[in-house]
Amino acid sequence: MTSYRLPAELDPARPAADSPLTIRVDGEPVTGAAGQTIAGVLLGAGRRQWRTTADGAPRGVFCGIGVCFDCLVEVNGLRDVRACLRRAQDGDVVARQGGSEATA
Amino acid sequence: MRNVVVVGAGPAGLAAARAAAVAGAQVTLLDAADGLGGQYWRHLPADRPAAREGVLHHRWATFGGLSDVLRAHPAVTVLPSAQVWSLERLDGGVRLNVLLGEPDGAGRSARTFEPDALVLATGAHDRTLPFPGWQLPGVCSAGAAQALAKGEWVAVGRRVVVAGAGPFLLPVAASLLRTGATVVGVHEAGRVGALARGWLSRPWELAGAAGKAGELAGYVRDLVRHSVPWRPGEAVVAAHGDGQVEAVTVARLDERWAPVAGTERVVEADAACVSHGFTPRLELAIAAGCALAPSRFVVVDDSQATSVPGVWAAGELTGIGGADAALAEGAVAGTAAAGGDTGAAAARRAVRARDRARGFAARIEAAHGVGGGWTGWLRDDTVVCRCEETTYGRVREVVELTGSHETRSVKLTSRAGLGPCQARMCGRTLQELLGDPTPSVDRRPLVVPVRLGDLAALRSAAPTPAAPRPGGDRT
Repeated sequence: MTSYRLPAELDPARPAADSPLTIRVDGEPVTGAAGQTIAGVLLGAGRRQWRTTADGAPRGVFCGIGVCFDCLVEVNGLRDVRACLRRAQDGDVVARQGGSEATA
Repeated sequence: MRNVVVVGAGPAGLAAARAAAVAGAQVTLLDAADGLGGQYWRHLPADRPAAREGVLHHRWATFGGLSDVLRAHPAVTVLPSAQVWSLERLDGGVRLNVLLGEPDGAGRSARTFEPDALVLATGAHDRTLPFPGWQLPGVCSAGAAQALAKGEWVAVGRRVVVAGAGPFLLPVAASLLRTGATVVGVHEAGRVGALARGWLSRPWELAGAAGKAGELAGYVRDLVRHSVPWRPGEAVVAAHGDGQVEAVTVARLDERWAPVAGTERVVEADAACVSHGFTPRLELAIAAGCALAPSRFVVVDDSQATSVPGVWAAGELTGIGGADAALAEGAVAGTAAAGGDTGAAAARRAVRARDRARGFAARIEAAHGVGGGWTGWLRDDTVVCRCEETTYGRVREVVELTGSHETRSVKLTSRAGLGPCQARMCGRTLQELLGDPTPSVDRRPLVVPVRLGDLAALRSAAPTPAAPRPGGDRT
């Protein structure tokens, strides 16, 4: 695994206990903690790519602050959601996108 | 009572909102994020509070004090998750069109604001120069690594290379270390000579900015403790891997940032965090008509007033000066926007602090400013526009075919800069590659993409906003 989330017991910020959540990503369950973004949940689970470009290349997070639009995913049927900004909710259904044509 | 709207809740916006409230204004503070603090004080969300949140932050107590005052002040309304998506100029003022709700959500509620005074504190984002392989997953901006570490305690990789230019690389490396990652090296493009000219000249001026110097010294201690090599005059010139980054090539640079042949070495890494400085988020300032300096920052006077009456600007919009400058500028801007006296004692202190902190911006540019030789690490198949996957070779081909060096024209033919990010990632790069000095690249009438359904709802629900042009002016 490459990217990961620091386990709460090792976290020097001493956060309150995690409130776990599970999202489904292309049908597979992925667990994270309440308060994480969808990108954070995916990266925390070692997943680094979740979009395919028009040329077929994999993409994931790049700018991390909502500027580059590389991390777009479909969330609960709605396309073009920036995974780095959207907080994950337990039960969210996330699907890979093959491009971005729905926004103006 | 003056009605002041502040856009952006980072250090500059928080300081502006407080100063405006103290000066007697009715204040509305808008930020697209769901918490206060901006990128500088990005932190764990309210539903996951931490006892020692401050370990990843500087001046955490300052942030706590500002946000406590603002949330308790009867004349201040804090509106998080508020995305300003356009700004219209009215006779004698401006109108902000805002969507409230989840980022990129459907059915967000619409609000408009027509303030007596507007303070823009929209900040900056990192700028990353393209290099072969930078589109691979595992390569991200230094800001992304920082946001994920500070906001979620997520490390973008286990063996991480940090590269680019500027003092920001140091806190990013420190954050990665604190999330347990191994930082293989920090590669700073500026060579020792430039760094010395920027940072060691007129050292007496640095005395007034001791806070900033102490902050940087703390990061350096972190690197030393973890035996992380910091190498000036070097750059990541390529990333390699099958589907994600597995290694990078590091090379020495000459004083113009051109890679020196024969100095390349391959470094194994599963992530590379690369940023070459910051670029201001200018959309609202440009939509308001604010004059820009040739350096592409918003021009402000001593009271942080822009060229447009009723519009002030503070923080990274006016120059990359760091949080000290942003806090001081925000305090001056907020006071002035509220109609307060910037000659009063408290405001005078803020003005002096601002003037000291501003020196930092000049030093950063002298030490870490992008050198023109970086194009030496591009190859014809290097992706320049990440959205449209336009390569350097294609841009050159279009220039040859059309004979045009005008960014707008090259964009329309090559499609570089026409994707969803609206050239935020590649616009400056294209201008530099083409040698085009015209500023059109920062003009974006839609600050963010807006769903067509939201626009339709706005037209039927709210009589006030003028019909936006959904396609936008994509030049």
